[in-house]
This record gives sequence, structure tokens and C-alpha cells, in this order.
Amino acid sequence: MSQHVRFYQTGSFAVGNRLLPIQARTVQSDPTRSNSLTSGHRACRGCGEALGARYVLDAAMRATGGRLVTVNATGCLEVFSTPYPETSWRVPWLHSLFGNAPAVASGVAAALKVRDRGDIRVLGQGGDGGTVDIGFGALSGMFERGDDVLFVCYDNQGYMNTGVQRSGATPPAARTSTTQAVGSAPGNVFGQGKSAPLIAMAHEIPYVATATIADLHDLESKVERAMGLHGARYLHVLVPCPLGWGSEAAQTIRVARLAVQSGLFPVFEAERGNVTAVSPIRHRVHVEEYLRPQIRFRHLFEPTRRADVIDGLQAIADRNIRRFGLLPGRRHEATVCYHAAGRQQPGQQDRGLANRTPGVRGPAPAM
Amino acid sequence: MLSPIEGSRAVAETVARCRPQVVCAYPISPQTHIVENLSALVKSGRLAPCEFVNVESEFAAMSVAIGASATGARAYTATASQGLLYMAEALYNAAGLGLPIVMTVANRAIGAPINIWNDHSDAMSQRDCGWIQLYAEDNQAAADLHVIGFRLAEELSTPVMVCMDGFVLTHAVEAVDVPDQTTVDRFLPAYQPRQVLDPDAPVTIGAMVGPEAFTEVRYLAHANQLRVLDRMPELAHQFATTFDRDIDVLVSPYRCDDADTVVVALGSVLGTLKDTVDGLRADGMPVGVLGLTMFRPFPVAAIRTAVGPAKRIVVLERAFAAGVGGIVSADLAGVLPAGEREMYTVVAGLGGRPVTRDSLREMLAAAFSGRLAPLTFLDLDERLLRAEEVRS
Ligand SMILES: Cc1ncc(C[n+]2csc(CCOP(=O)(O)OP(=O)(O)O)c2C)c(N)n1
Ligand code: SF4
Repeated sequence: MSQHVRFYQTGSFAVGNRLLPIQARTVQSDPTRSNSLTSGHRACRGCGEALGARYVLDAAMRATGGRLVTVNATGCLEVFSTPYPETSWRVPWLHSLFGNAPAVASGVAAALKVRDRGDIRVLGQGGDGGTVDIGFGALSGMFERGDDVLFVCYDNQGYMNTGVQRSGATPPAARTSTTQAVGSAPGNVFGQGKSAPLIAMAHEIPYVATATIADLHDLESKVERAMGLHGARYLHVLVPCPLGWGSEAAQTIRVARLAVQSGLFPVFEAERGNVTAVSPIRHRVHVEEYLRPQIRFRHLFEPTRRADVIDGLQAIADRNIRRFGLLPGRRHEATVCYHAAGRQQPGQQDRGLANRTPGVRGPAPAM
Repeated sequence: MLSPIEGSRAVAETVARCRPQVVCAYPISPQTHIVENLSALVKSGRLAPCEFVNVESEFAAMSVAIGASATGARAYTATASQGLLYMAEALYNAAGLGLPIVMTVANRAIGAPINIWNDHSDAMSQRDCGWIQLYAEDNQAAADLHVIGFRLAEELSTPVMVCMDGFVLTHAVEAVDVPDQTTVDRFLPAYQPRQVLDPDAPVTIGAMVGPEAFTEVRYLAHANQLRVLDRMPELAHQFATTFDRDIDVLVSPYRCDDADTVVVALGSVLGTLKDTVDGLRADGMPVGVLGLTMFRPFPVAAIRTAVGPAKRIVVLERAFAAGVGGIVSADLAGVLPAGEREMYTVVAGLGGRPVTRDSLREMLAAAFSGRLAPLTFLDLDERLLRAEEVRS
């Protein structure tokens, strides 16, 4: 079932489950859901990745009538869910390595095809490290061949399982254990950035989407939409990590929502390289509101407020808002195809950090 | 029926008759012809049903094979040299997960310096990754070992590497009896996976195992490899009766019975060695040759029996371990009771240098007269060494 109406969760602009007809409620509200990732696993309290995986898999189970095989990259999700001799998975689940999950998923898809088991679908999953960095070649290969796999990246913006190191998805200025908050440019570099969703779109695959665990209806409907399509599909889900981000365990969902409302994490859908829908920001916040609850950005406020860096991050958020047209009613720049999203329009002024801070190259990342 | 055919093609045709369902391909010389041939067989519909997956790297090739095998499909790929090393992480994984993937390794040297010619450095570098390693002496063996390889892999849920010398075998046209479909079907039943990813009976494959059980997992892997040694002779017997031709699966001794000197080697150099030994025998020198078809697991009992009381062992190594010397020699020294026996390591044929009968004769004559050094590089070009010394 593909759902086009956007819903807002309790805490933002509430349309709760209770107001909806039963079939339109989230999978998680259904006591008879598949419960693909059972409780009792060893994720940290308030782990966004555990939440995300649970929503994604249960939605995928619903969408496929339970005919699903899952492949998992190395990372928190794998480690916290399968300490021998226990397993938290109630789906057929295979872990091979850190960098090969998309290729393993391709192998599963090939085997199902040749064995005439077209009724069974494949879902690959990994963290941002496994997806955006080490497994990126395999992911691109899977996209380019058009293998019938939905690959889901749980983006917690770092290598959390090995102790919170920087990944290609770590945002500028964030402190990680390999981008410490010391020196003249504390935290992660302000670089070109690496947007896996935009690169995925460049493969012109049938479906690319971003989502967060702050909007479950949206997340679930995207999984269902993706499962209704064939070929290579990609879903990039922002999943805050209380441990790595230094946010309160009880604030995980709020932090994810602030990432969206600030414009730092644009939520959109794309088909064959074109953006087809965006989740508009209803209640825009300054990036500061998003940064403050996270220890990984504390050095931007203490001992002195780093207005330059915060402004730089705000510029990135503003740019996302313009690019993707995230504020309803405002004219937005070309969002129809991935080319436009990555380039300057003629005559358009780049308000990103590149023009302000000496020594910084290139436009700021999209997310 | 014997007919002249290129080694790569003989292997591709044979593999096709083993009915793989997923074939992954990434090009590297001298393996390329094998997957090219298979791709044509799949495209033309002669090998069906089969998914031919063109991947972006060897790491992906092995990973696709892992996914396919775990999902109940018979999976095959081929590689060599840098490609095998690029797969290394996935190789250990396939073995650890007990997935019966069969792979051809068209043996080739490893860079740097880059060199595409044959030696055994690639497969030897992966000798401890948990795969069964079989080495073909000629193209008939290369073809046959694949048929046996699939059967063994699937019976014992373990991956099998069939090693054939790059160019020397892969690109050589020899008379080969490519096993026909009906006979292969009689010998090789359909793949019955030990465990398979299936929504009807979900399993977790590839869980994380901590210190409390990891040793036990490894112990069981070792025990499984030892089962291979028990099972292989019986499979060879079945193969011989089904295909009406013999096959050496553990070791192939040649004139070893009364030999006081045994030369141990793997792969295509065995032909030259046997020829040389015939000559030496004619001159009254009691020399024998022991070919190792199986290198992993190490066929200890078969080696001990074949070597018998020989008092001199010369190991002809087609790869070497820098800083130590022989790779096969080290394994042999560990399992042959020392006593009076002399052991020599001769490194030969690296990076495609021909191993000639003359060199072998000279080397063996030196061994007989006690002039052979414990570690010798056959045909070492002293002039080149000196020239390099001057340059550096
Ligand atoms: C080849 C290889 N290099 C490094 C590692 C170590 N490693 C395991 S998990 C991991 C980080 C995982 O990060 P990510 O994919 O972002 O997932 P997360 O744990 O954050 O969910 C690393 C570096 C590995 N397993 N394999
Ligand atoms: S470190 Fe982060 S991603 Fe990993 S289990 Fe803990 S909260 Fe989840």
C-alpha cells in the first residue's frame, strides 16, 4: 500500500494513529505485526538505529506479506542483534562482512530469481559507514545492474560500532573520536560532503528516498512504496545515536525531527533521478536548536560561541531548503533532477561557507 | 571423448555441466577466458537456468557468490592473483559460513612487481582461509576436479578452490575428455543447502560469536576439513566408476615405491618432473615424484605412505614465503618424521620462468652429491642480481 498523504507525529503537528482508520495506522501500532527485530537485543538506550530497523523491517514484512530475506552489513545493528547463541531476528537474515552487504544482497536476489522464488524480496541494510564508505563500490554496482534489492542505510553519521569515528556521512564540525574538538577548526572538516541519496539518484534507479525515525508514517510508507517497485532502490534513514551524538536517550526522536526542521536533513523522494516529493518544513528552526542538545557540537557553544561555524551550518541548511523547496509557499530552485541539486545555478549566489571562510573549498554538503 | 580444447574452455564447459545457478565474473588474466566462455553459454541458453552476474570487483564477486549460496543456489566464480587477494576477506567468510562455493584459481604471480605469468603465490597466500585447495596437473584433471569439487563442497558444506596453472594450463590446447551432461548428472545431485535463507523457516546466518564459543567453531571447521580427507578417496572411486577414468584426489605418487629421493610438487610442473625422473631412472638414479593434488586439508597420511622410507625429500616450491623460504616444505617438515631424512627447498618457476628438465636434472644431481643448499632458487640469474646491486 502506497500512502501519499503526509502525517505528522505527536509532538509536531499531531495526527496520531488513533485518529486514523486501522489500516492506515503505523505497522508498529499493530499488535500482530511481524516483530522482525525482537526486543531484548543489546542496543543502547534510545538507539535510533534499532528503532529505524524495526520500523523498516516490519513495514517491509507487511508490504511483502512476510516474503522477505534480509542482508546486513557489519556494524551496530548486526552486533547488537546477534550475540551467539541468541538472535533478535525473526526474518531470514544473513551477515557476511562490513563492505559487501549490497553485493551479498545481489547474490541473494540472483539466487531467488534463478530458483524461481520471485515471491521473495530482498532488503539489504547497513550503517552509513558500511553504505557510504567501505561498501559504496558494491552499492553502486548493485544500483548500476539494477538488482532487485531495497538497500536501507541507517545513517547515524559515524562509525558507531567501533567507537564513534568519522564516516563520509559525518556532518561538518561534528566531533567524533577521529575528528576531535581541538585546534583552530575543531571537529569534522567543512568539505565537499558526500550525499549518498544524490549519488544514488545519479544512477537513475527507480526509487531513492530519505526519511527519519521522527516521522514513522512517512518512513513506513516509503518502505512500502519501495517494496511495491522492482529493481535497485535506496532508502536513507537518519537515525540519531545517543551514544555517538551525546544526546539524551529520551530525545532521539526529537533530535531527528530537529534535523529535518532545521533543513540540515532534507526529506524527499526521487524516481529515476528526479525529485518527486519533499516533506515540507512546517515549523522551521535555527540550526542552533538542533545542535545544542548534542555533545558532538558542544564546542560550537563552549567556551565561546563559534558564530562563524554555526552560520556555516545554517548556510548549508538554508541551501537545502532552497534546493529542495522545503518551505511551502516559497519558490525553490530546480529540484527536478539530481544535476541541479549538486550545482550552482547561473547567477545564483552561494551563501555557503565556501564564500565566507578562507581556506575552505567547494560548496557545502547537502546533508 | 577426447578432443583438443583450450584449458579454459574445457573448464568452462565442465563447470556448465555442473549446472551452476549463479556465476559471478570479474576479469583478470589468465582466468578471463573461463568466465567469458561461461557468459556465452548462459547468454545462448545452453546453460540454464543460470544468472550470470557481472560485478564491479572480485570482492563483490565472492560476496555475490556468498549471498547466492546462502539462498540455495549453486554458485561459481573464477579469479587469479590480485583478484584472489582482493577477495581475501570474503574468502574467510565463505569458509566460516560453510558455503559450498566452487572457484577456479588460474594461478598467477602477485605484484609488485606486476607480473601476469604463472606461479602459485596467489593460492598459497590463501592456504589457511578454510577453503579446500585442489591443484590440477593437467587440463583433464582441471576439468574433473571441478566435478568432484562441487560434489565434495556440497556434501560437506565447504568451499572448494580448484587451482590450475595460469597460461600453462588455462591457455594450452590439450586433448581433454570433457565430461558429458548425463554422466555429470549421475555423479552430481542437485544442491541441497545445509541451511538456506527462506521466509518459511527463517534462520540467522553469520551471527557474532564471542570468546566463549569461537574456539569451538574453529575446532569444528578443522574437524570438517579432516572429514574431507576421509571422504575424498570414496568420491574418487565413485568418480572413476561413473566416468570410467581414474583421478588422483589426495596425492599422485610416481615411481616412489623404491625411490630414495622424492621430489614433491604441485600443478603442471609435475609433467616435466616425471619426464626428468624417467631420464634419471634410466641413468640408475632412484628418484620418484610425489604430486600433491590436495593441499588443504593437508593429506598427511597419504603423504607419509607415499614417501615411505625415502631418505631425501626435495620440495619444488612454486611460491615462497619471504624471510623463511618454503611454504609446502614447512608443512611437510611438520608431518614427516625427521630422522635421517634430508629436506631441500627449491624455489622454481616464479613469475612464469620456465622450469626446464636440464635445470631439474642439474639440481637433482647436486642433491645426490650433497651439493644442494637447503634453500635454493632454481636458475637464479647472478648477473641480474649484480646489476641490481650496482643500481641500488
Ligand atoms: C574491513 C573492515 N574494516 C573495519 C571493520 C571494523 N568495523 C566494524 S563495524 C564498523 C563501523 C560501522 O559503522 P557504520 O557502518 O556507520 O554502522 P554503525 O555501527 O554506526 O551502525 C567498523 C569500522 C570491519 N568489520 N571490517
Ligand atoms: S552506539 Fe549508537 S547506533 Fe550503536 S547501539 Fe548505541 S545508540 Fe545505537
